Amino acid sequence: MSVKPATSNRPLSPFMIGPYYRPQLTSMLSITHRLTGLALAFGTIFLAAWVTAAATGPDAFGTFSAIAGSIVGKILLFAYTWALTYHLCNGIRHLVWDTGRGFELKAAYTSGYTVVGASIVLTVLTWVAAFAL
Amino acid sequence: MSLRSPLSQARGLGSAKEGVGHWWMQRMTAIALIPLSLWFVFSVARFPLLDYATMIAWIKSPLVAVALVLYFAAMFYHAALGVQVVIEDYVGNEGVKLVSIVLSKFALFAFGAAAVFAVLKIALGA
Repeated sequence: MSVKPATSNRPLSPFMIGPYYRPQLTSMLSITHRLTGLALAFGTIFLAAWVTAAATGPDAFGTFSAIAGSIVGKILLFAYTWALTYHLCNGIRHLVWDTGRGFELKAAYTSGYTVVGASIVLTVLTWVAAFAL
Repeated sequence: MSLRSPLSQARGLGSAKEGVGHWWMQRMTAIALIPLSLWFVFSVARFPLLDYATMIAWIKSPLVAVALVLYFAAMFYHAALGVQVVIEDYVGNEGVKLVSIVLSKFALFAFGAAAVFAVLKIALGA
């Protein structure tokens, strides 16, 4: 008689979030760090295309600029800016944790809200600077 | 004088001390990327870098070219390390996991090489 082990029905990470595991700020920021990291990894292709187009010549660069400067391109660039500033700020939070500091519940929440706020401020500042300068 | 055999002593010393290599390089590249990415975002916001002439003039500055090469090297290395961890955590099948990691490394290092080469070509070009 073969009985399927009970372990096979257990939810696998990250699919336990929601039905089995109540989301909190800390866990959501953690998964967001991963998601922004993955998005930025795909974004590196965009950066490589940018400099490669410039090295190829004015025509190739014109094509790239037209795509990047379009509405869809601008929205993606805005999202990319936030992903970068978020991953940067939360990465600094991780580096502080690596020194063994900031693990108290209150400190983890304070740094979490700070990271969210700082990433939004940096993103807005970047785009204000891009249009103003 | 120890009576332990050379093999026993070597085992007692643990691994080849490269066990934290992945973790350490992820932190080293992360620290390097803090000033580099702040500089990069500031530069892209400051200069109209979707304009060909501005872009070429910007990269032709030696300091900019060196900083861009460092930025791309640290960024693609950091990305390759990070993507590897995500694949290891979420891909269960050993074969798929191995192929995914190899492909992600090849892709990221290829794009990284292309980015660095493009910067050098512009910077060193006439």
